[in-house]
Amino acid sequence: MSLQTIQSSTVVDSFAADHKLSDENINQYLTFFLAGEEYGVDILSVQEIRGWEKTTVIPNSPDYVKGVINLRGTIVPIVDLRLRFALPVLEYGPLTVVIVLMVKDKTGRNKVVGIVVDAVSDVYDIDHLKVKNPPDLEYSVGNTYISGLYNVENKMVILLDINTLLIKATSLNVVDVEN
Amino acid sequence: MAVDISQFHEMFFEECKDGLEIMETGLLQLSSDPEKKTVINDIFRAAHSIKGGAGTFGFQSVSEFTHDLETLLDLVREGKCKITQPMIEVMLQSVDCLRTMIDQLRNHQELDCSKSNSVSVALRAILNQAQGKNCERNDALVAQDETAENNDKFSYQIKFKPSQDIFRSGNDPYRIIRELSELGRLTSKVILNDLIDYEKINSTECYVSWEFLLEGDALDKNRIEDVFEWVIDESEIDIKAVSQSIPAVIEHKEQTKENKQVKSVVSEVESVVQKSAVEKLPAELANNKIDSKADNSKSSDSRSIRVNIDKVDALINMVGEMVITQSMLSQLSKDLSQDYHDVISGLAQLAANTRELQETVMSLRMMPLSFAFNRFPRLVRDLGNQLNKKVNLIVSGEQTELDKTVLEKLTDPLTHIIRNAMDHGLETVEERLAAGKSEEGLLELKAYYEGGSVVIRVSDDGRGLNDEKIRKKAEKIGLIREGDVLSQDEIKELILRPGFSTADQISDLSGRGVGLDVVKQNIKSLNGTLDMQSEQGKGTTFTIRLPLTLAIVDGQLIRVHDSIYVVPLVAISESLQIIPGNINRLAGSVDVYRLRNENIPVVNLSDLFGFNRSAKSGNALSMMVVVESNDKKIGLVVDELLDQQQVVIKSLETNYQSVKGVSGATILGDGTVAMICDIHDIFSMSVLKPEPSSGRNDTSDKFLAA
Repeated sequence: MSLQTIQSSTVVDSFAADHKLSDENINQYLTFFLAGEEYGVDILSVQEIRGWEKTTVIPNSPDYVKGVINLRGTIVPIVDLRLRFALPVLEYGPLTVVIVLMVKDKTGRNKVVGIVVDAVSDVYDIDHLKVKNPPDLEYSVGNTYISGLYNVENKMVILLDINTLLIKATSLNVVDVEN
Repeated sequence: MAVDISQFHEMFFEECKDGLEIMETGLLQLSSDPEKKTVINDIFRAAHSIKGGAGTFGFQSVSEFTHDLETLLDLVREGKCKITQPMIEVMLQSVDCLRTMIDQLRNHQELDCSKSNSVSVALRAILNQAQGKNCERNDALVAQDETAENNDKFSYQIKFKPSQDIFRSGNDPYRIIRELSELGRLTSKVILNDLIDYEKINSTECYVSWEFLLEGDALDKNRIEDVFEWVIDESEIDIKAVSQSIPAVIEHKEQTKENKQVKSVVSEVESVVQKSAVEKLPAELANNKIDSKADNSKSSDSRSIRVNIDKVDALINMVGEMVITQSMLSQLSKDLSQDYHDVISGLAQLAANTRELQETVMSLRMMPLSFAFNRFPRLVRDLGNQLNKKVNLIVSGEQTELDKTVLEKLTDPLTHIIRNAMDHGLETVEERLAAGKSEEGLLELKAYYEGGSVVIRVSDDGRGLNDEKIRKKAEKIGLIREGDVLSQDEIKELILRPGFSTADQISDLSGRGVGLDVVKQNIKSLNGTLDMQSEQGKGTTFTIRLPLTLAIVDGQLIRVHDSIYVVPLVAISESLQIIPGNINRLAGSVDVYRLRNENIPVVNLSDLFGFNRSAKSGNALSMMVVVESNDKKIGLVVDELLDQQQVVIKSLETNYQSVKGVSGATILGDGTVAMICDIHDIFSMSVLKPEPSSGRNDTSDKFLAA
């Protein structure tokens, strides 16, 4: 599979057509690049992929919450993952991608949140039995959000638990490392 | 049955809720006017509906419990016994029990039978007493049942003659017989006397009847009657209990004429209430129905339909979207040249239509306050009895309408205020007489529209706030120093604090000090205000003010640096150009603007909202928007005043969380998002901590007055 920047949301349909999902242990993950690393999120939580547009800033919000946008009538917050992971920022340009995800909060309600990433990568069938646990390092902010590591085609994909990642990000009730 | 009827459970529960309310209101009315026939009929019908529905859905315990209630009501209805206060009391308790049962069923919980059993016993006692006084004819049957019940075991002789066209109404005698056989040991004998010649037989008609002997332990006559409920009006049914000591013989017993009359009256009522079967309506009952309709201002047959609230919400959302699109078009049309005047006038027409549509749709969710008020007569009555106080509750303006969600959130605070009035405000009879007041206290609940708000007032003519007591308590807790004098406002603030109560004892109802601050919070969350007036010895009045609509706000768009905000017009007192000389900096940190004879603290929104702009406020070109809340004012420095327009409030909490200082967001005509300022929050966010020397260590919203 070659690298592409996917601009439409038909990625799920086209991929599903090519591959049969018969095995129960296999989930599909959409992967993206962030500061040279490849991360993956469960494709069922991906609502759409958009380009970057200017956000309206939210008063007194953390720096990684860039603001909100108008997504066909709904107010959707946008989180910059680089800032979330305390990485240096990139300037936003026409190639910047925003992945809009649907996550569940503590009470089970659905929330729509967008994340800014460097570029979209691919969709992989990931066999859960082959996913390895992340190493137990104390200091890193990212660790609580990593659900596992997966090797594919000679590279490592970091699987993210986006519910924890984004609900924590958009809920200032939780005392966070940065605060 | 193959059809899954559990989908109709919710509908049944809703109807039970309505029926129970009718019963409760009716019983309370009967309490003061025991002869009102129409009310009795209403209550009976409601009870009967509930019983019938419960039977259909298999909710045995509800059905059985309601049966006694219904029987008693039937006797009252027919004038065979008089309604008494103890009877009303027990019936009210029955209504409570039913409410609990329905709730438990709704939540799939185990039914807690302890209360209902004791109420049932009380009901039966009254029923027996009522029937005992009655020397009417049908007593023979009932008495026989009762003596039969005194024996441990008894069986029933049942004669069942279905009407010829029983199949037409979807009933099947075999189903009934099967159900009967589940109750005990059933012996049956078919009677073929009415069979006609085989050639002439119509297979859709029934020509047979049966006689049964049902034996078993602990058979319940009610349960047997329920088996025949659907067909009771079309068939001849005779159920007789026989003691098992008598040799069980199936005999042909003639139905007494009187029994038949009683049964036919009952069956006529049932046929009216039975919703699914296609029955003909006896003309006589149609007349009864019309009578009661004339009496009720709002009968359950009125012109309304039940609509799922999600549909209404979806509709409101869509209309909101339409408003946004329409205002976007209006904005674009401003740039059109006059050549397009047709388009421009068409858009103006669209604007008017949209406004009207919006108002109509918003009114869909409006419900009269009576929904909240209707529980209070009962509450006041019960509390009055419990506390030994005589209180007259006068309710007015209950037809005033409010948005449904606001109404629902309002009931708890209102209940608390009324409880407070009953517990603390109003005095006992002795106290009142000693104070030269009338024996009966007055509690007034009033609602009306004022400006863009709904006002709800609860006033009592009781003790009023005891200033001295409050002061002393505050001193005791250490909130104020000894000898500090408190103004009226400050006294009121104290009462609204969590944990503050001057009650000498904590009663079941109140006194724990957790009530009024929660009330204030609840009302605040509805964008409303709570006010209190009191005169010692004369009484207290609580005033709640609520905005009429939640989702749309008239706003003033302002620009602060690069951001656009919306300030609700209701909060704006005035807007002015800043005269730099009128700004003074106090103690090096706070800016204050001298406006006529007031000094208004100046607030910079950028600073408040955490945007790192260090521009000093008071630039000659700046404007200031003076906003007001709870009689206090602050001035917001803005760079530019933009349009005034109606904006649709979009929730930030849906996908993010609530943000202090912002009540929501809106989508402007060009599609971008703007934050709507929450003036109340902005006030508290710009709070300056009071100087240490004042001795007050609370952080209530007070300003450093210049």
